[in-house]
Amino acid sequence: MADFRIAQRERDSIQVLELKGYLDAHTAPKLEEAFQNLLKTERFNIVVNCRDLSYISSAGLGVFMAFIEDVRKHRGDIKLSNMTPKVFNVFDLLGFPLLYDIVKDEQEAVQRFREIGPRGRE
Amino acid sequence: MTVKPQSLNIESRTERLIAVREFVSSAARSFGFGDEDVSKIALAVDEACTNIIKHAYRFDPGKSITITVRNRNGAFEVVIQDFGREFDPQKVPTPDMQEYLSHFRRGGLGVYLMKSLMDKVEYAIVPGKKNEVRLIKNLPR
Repeated sequence: MADFRIAQRERDSIQVLELKGYLDAHTAPKLEEAFQNLLKTERFNIVVNCRDLSYISSAGLGVFMAFIEDVRKHRGDIKLSNMTPKVFNVFDLLGFPLLYDIVKDEQEAVQRFREIGPRGRE
Repeated sequence: MTVKPQSLNIESRTERLIAVREFVSSAARSFGFGDEDVSKIALAVDEACTNIIKHAYRFDPGKSITITVRNRNGAFEVVIQDFGREFDPQKVPTPDMQEYLSHFRRGGLGVYLMKSLMDKVEYAIVPGKKNEVRLIKNLPR
């Protein structure tokens, strides 16, 4: 699938998913699989770096909706970083900033896990 | 600015969404929209086609969707036709997003997005024959 890619790495015990390309109804199952794998292996502190994410539709937003509750139940969080204004506008239109921790960059996301702990613990 | 009516016919497969977005983006740009509006229109049309693939055709890849762009009294109109199960998104109530998000619900976001991104969304349904969604956007003044 050339139009959407996910690179996964670990940073200070936090899982970072880097998204690249177009996240729509065709490519959303790939992100779903990545989250499923993280949950299966009990890794609940997750940062999604959206720097190279060019596009998101409701199918992509639905994936975040599907996992956030479960992740927080396990005292983790999904934090989103490095969004382009175009992608942020879609999240914003649906009121996602109320529910998700959307931060400027990956460093800030990692810092928030370290300092204030995942949202589920607050 | 004017645009000659143009159509794209696709099989009902999600891998074709990228071609739909490219087709609509290019037409919207020629019509005179800037980048931000072009993105909004492409997303709204993606949502309409995704709904058809999922709900009207239930992922049957052998069906077809026709997307037509045209000038409607000076506004940009995208007409999306399918011949699947009747799906009337007008019956989908506009969700209260705060209420919606607090329950972590999934799905149904597409119809809300279409309404938010376009100036007007119309439906013409001939039960058992065809469904038509019309997405309309005016050029900024």
